[in-house]
Amino acid sequence: MENALISTKNLTKIFHLSTGPLGRKKVFVHAVENVNIDIASRETLALVGESGCGKTTLGRLILRLIEPTKGEVLFKGENIFSLDRERMRSLRRDMQIIFQDPYASLDPRMRILDILAEPLKTHNKDMSKREIVERVKELLSVVGLQEFVMSGFPHQFSGGQRQRIGIARALALNPEFIVCDEAVSALDVSIRAQILNLLMDLKERFNLTLLFITHDLSVVSFISDRIGVMYLGKCVEIGPTADIFDHPLHPYTLFLLSAVPIPDPHARDRAKLILEGDIPSPVNVPSGCRFHTRCPYLRDVCVSEEPQMQYIGNRGFACHFPLY
Amino acid sequence: MQDNFLKIRNLRTYFFTRRGVVKAVDGVDIEAKRGKLTALVGESGCGKSVTGLSIMGLIPSPVGKIVEGEILFEDKDLAKLSYKEMADLRGKDISMIFQEPMTSLNPVLTIGHQVGEPLRIHSSLSPEEITERVLSILDLVGIPEPRSRLKSYPHQLSGGMRQRVMIAMAMICGPKLLIADEPTTALDVTIQAQILDLMLELMKKINTSIILITHDLGVVAEVCDEVNVMYAGKIVEKSDVFSIFDNPSHPYTWGLLRSIPRIGKKGKAKKLYTIKGVVPNLLDPPSGCRFADRCDKARDICREEEPPFTTIEEGHFVKCWLFA
Repeated sequence: MENALISTKNLTKIFHLSTGPLGRKKVFVHAVENVNIDIASRETLALVGESGCGKTTLGRLILRLIEPTKGEVLFKGENIFSLDRERMRSLRRDMQIIFQDPYASLDPRMRILDILAEPLKTHNKDMSKREIVERVKELLSVVGLQEFVMSGFPHQFSGGQRQRIGIARALALNPEFIVCDEAVSALDVSIRAQILNLLMDLKERFNLTLLFITHDLSVVSFISDRIGVMYLGKCVEIGPTADIFDHPLHPYTLFLLSAVPIPDPHARDRAKLILEGDIPSPVNVPSGCRFHTRCPYLRDVCVSEEPQMQYIGNRGFACHFPLY
Repeated sequence: MQDNFLKIRNLRTYFFTRRGVVKAVDGVDIEAKRGKLTALVGESGCGKSVTGLSIMGLIPSPVGKIVEGEILFEDKDLAKLSYKEMADLRGKDISMIFQEPMTSLNPVLTIGHQVGEPLRIHSSLSPEEITERVLSILDLVGIPEPRSRLKSYPHQLSGGMRQRVMIAMAMICGPKLLIADEPTTALDVTIQAQILDLMLELMKKINTSIILITHDLGVVAEVCDEVNVMYAGKIVEKSDVFSIFDNPSHPYTWGLLRSIPRIGKKGKAKKLYTIKGVVPNLLDPPSGCRFADRCDKARDICREEEPPFTTIEEGHFVKCWLFA
């Protein structure tokens, strides 16, 4: 993709775990394997999939919060894994993250002022105290909180307010790119709508590029330009949001969309496709297509040969028998 | 006319804490019809789980107490039963399943032992007969190779399988009423679809009525017959599922339905509807209508006096001054 802000090249992460008696048995968890995705500047790409599909690991790799087993992440054409400490540190201004749990991601012993000042102090050594306080006030107003919030501690605020504080922290250094890792999943419906609107506003206002990691497909249809669907460490389908919702190409996407409950009782008698079985363990990944153990359209080649990602126009899919 | 075999009248469950009295459930009326799936829907802290625990007689004493009201189940008032009488009903006529199957199963006991426990308590069957019954219920809830699973421990099962085990345990005595508290919230969507399907199937096979406690309006629309919307300790609207989704009348219900992004809706909406503000503190709930501070249509009377239940069409009740 031209004008890609971020591209991953064969990005792979295999975790080594010790199990068994005295930890002498080694197992390999194939969390992310050979993922190639591009994120265009100023777009919102949603990464969807069920627990254990590797979407969070992929988000962390893209921010270099963990090192890959192999592969590259290009940020504006430069492989971030080849950067030295100093240059990586300055790049971190441009790439930030918002976490799922606003209770766990704010230090309970720090005042909100200190939480929001921390990135400023780390990256702008010459900022005066007064400038920092001014910037913190500005950040709070950007996320719709009042100034007095500064002097409080995280436990004094509700989940929605804490998530706003987490967003303010991510915005502190004017980043270009933010990973939102299940950023609204822990919130109630009425609060979730407030935070989603806020994120959309901020994206417009600050020209942000977002990677929105979520398991909630109804949120995706509201917020994202494109969707990447993951299954067991692989990206199985990627394309524009509306196209994927209208006409999924990968069978897994079809079943995933069909399983989402629709808030309209008149739609309850539609033909529902229910996927059988569980997601296999990422320790023993199935041969060939990783979805073949649950796929109703299974044929021999699916077991023996792994489908590669192919593209038709702006849509990509990894399936031997896509649903045209 | 279907009989309401569970009638809750003016239930008040309070928690007496050091910081004051938390009126978690404050004057709730609910009816459940035989063979129907009744939903209790609301956001965190609205008192829906406490209502469920009150029916089961599981309110932690002495902090929590049912201070007023009756829970008529068939011809008994559950709120007035002795500990012993309640223990005889629990697990036999009424049972409950919880959100997190990992924390509600005992990690050091086998599946076979736990699923058989209600029968050991409530029946005089021999151990061999109990094992047979356990095998048949595990088969019924869709656990593959149930005999080999008898000796498994909860950690050896996936989340979806654990929830099936929980359901098997709750259903083994063929209860007349099952209270399901967020049974699919911790599960992935494809597994959620499986579990909801299973619950509907079992409801018919075992002839059980279900009270489903949930925050997910999508799930409500998919499976429920009757809906009770709860806000800050009170029921604000109740009706059959079609009427409530077609004609949501309480401003809270209306707002909730508007604030969920609809999946695959073409022409992406620019903004989601939001309900302003946050839920009131139940230590000191506002007088009058508890939703008044967040309501666009609030008038003076809303803040002064609690609205009565008004019938807007047959079987559709709303607690709001707009209709009184």
